[in-house]
Amino acid sequence: MILQADGLRKLYGEFCALDGVSLAVDTGEFVSIVGPNGAGKSTLINILTGVTRPSAGKVRFKDREVGGAGPVRMARLGMARSFQLVQVFPDLTVLETLQAAVVARLGRATRLFASLARDREVQSDALEVAELFGLGDKRHTPARQLPQGDKKLLDIASAFALRPEIILLDEPTSGVSTADKTAIMDTLVTASRRIGLRAIVQVEHDMDIVFAYSDRIIALHQGKVLADGPPATILADQRVMDTVIGRKAVAPGTPSC
Amino acid sequence: MKGGLAVALGAAAIAAAPLVASTYHVLLMLPFMAYAVVLLGLNLLFGYTGLVSFGHALFIGLGAYTGAFLTTHAKIRSLEVILLAAAVLGALVAIPVAALCVRYVKIYFGMLTLAFGMVFYTFVLKFYRLTGGDEGTPFLRPSLLGRSLDAMPKIDYLVGPYYYYSLAVLGLAALGMWRIVHSPFGLCLKTIRDNPTKAETLGIGVTRHRFYAFVISAIYAAVGGVLLGPPTGNVDPTLAYWTHSGNIVFMTLLGGFTSFFGPVVGAFVFIYLQSWVMSVVPYWRLVFGAMLAVIVIFAPDGLVGLVTRRRPAPAGRA
Repeated sequence: MILQADGLRKLYGEFCALDGVSLAVDTGEFVSIVGPNGAGKSTLINILTGVTRPSAGKVRFKDREVGGAGPVRMARLGMARSFQLVQVFPDLTVLETLQAAVVARLGRATRLFASLARDREVQSDALEVAELFGLGDKRHTPARQLPQGDKKLLDIASAFALRPEIILLDEPTSGVSTADKTAIMDTLVTASRRIGLRAIVQVEHDMDIVFAYSDRIIALHQGKVLADGPPATILADQRVMDTVIGRKAVAPGTPSC
Repeated sequence: MKGGLAVALGAAAIAAAPLVASTYHVLLMLPFMAYAVVLLGLNLLFGYTGLVSFGHALFIGLGAYTGAFLTTHAKIRSLEVILLAAAVLGALVAIPVAALCVRYVKIYFGMLTLAFGMVFYTFVLKFYRLTGGDEGTPFLRPSLLGRSLDAMPKIDYLVGPYYYYSLAVLGLAALGMWRIVHSPFGLCLKTIRDNPTKAETLGIGVTRHRFYAFVISAIYAAVGGVLLGPPTGNVDPTLAYWTHSGNIVFMTLLGGFTSFFGPVVGAFVFIYLQSWVMSVVPYWRLVFGAMLAVIVIFAPDGLVGLVTRRRPAPAGRA
């Protein structure tokens, strides 16, 4: 068990965003978290990545209690993430972005007078990740000049450059054309095998992507786990399919508990 | 490589100035070199980390007063010792100030640095015994590399040994800063400037890096502050006043904070333009204010940005 959550609750004043969520992610799994808007997916991701402290409940990562540990510590422990709204460094090139991740991973972020250009390990590692994600040709392009799909890839690639054990992706294909979605997912799966990633957790709205790539699906609804099982089981569960697929029928952002 | 050539030419021109230029212009080079050291440090915080300080006159003042105190009260004349003492003192004062300031960003950071600058200004103004109040303290002529040069006429000292000493300090300061911004640490600063949230998820300690950048910039400001003392021979509280902090931010914008040598160019243009405008019209601040507005609107990457023009100007960054 690499990542485990027990009885997570999160209250924002009167509003209950998460109401006793428990889940576990095992080595080798690709887990998708689905649910209508306001189901608590983002809150869950933020708690699992240590950004938000849960009001109650525990998060264990590699048998360590990490509730509210903060993003820096989580990154160092081996958990990487990408964002729903793409996050890049606008003025840094593809290669510089990846080098920053490698520098941080190798614990060299405070080396004041060392030459970055002569750090072979950082240089080759960053280049390798760039090529893994098909960004090799654009390695000297500043992130701001990349097309949206490539920005998304760079965001994910920089998370991979940390060589994490687990990665949490918040809507890895949002804001990307349907044609690019599969390409991004294929790249991601190939890259994860290459770097020996132990598990992937993603939040995703696109059900085609979810059913095509997941080993297991966790459906959230109104801050609770509605279902947790392999794609076939989820597909057969009419209650889940109505809530999740027919999500437009559910008024967003108004759950209470 | 074009950049390397420009730097080599610039360094050669500075080195040759005392041989060809008038004494008046050579003397103006002294504050230029002192400010260049200050700005190399300030831009680590401004251009590379994305934090605009309005309080760095504190550290300039600290450096200058350290030199004045040591030469006048402690009978220490060695410029090497003074520079070292100023650097250490600059770091010691910067540690608590930075620890508080870097918890904030944008306008809150700027205002907090301004507040600390005000506190220091009031301190030097009111502690007559130590600082001489508004009259200031003499900065006696320092010895260079162990050699006392008291017998030399003042002008000869300034345009000769002191000039090249300043140039050497500037050269070393530039070399050190060049290494810092091209180090893994420097890269991490740029990630923080561009997107601190993303930097954190990569495992980069944002607050810690900002703290280091602040302390380094304070050390540079203190060293540059020392170099400002000997040319006038007197150190007074205007060095620590907040408008002085504003001036160095202006110099940085003028030359361009997006390039390594931009602020150095800014210091040069500022010093010479100020001296020229002051000789022509009595309202130099009016002219400079208008100029600042033009730069911010039409050349946000500064003068160096106008020449290099690598990319379209970013709107409203920093």
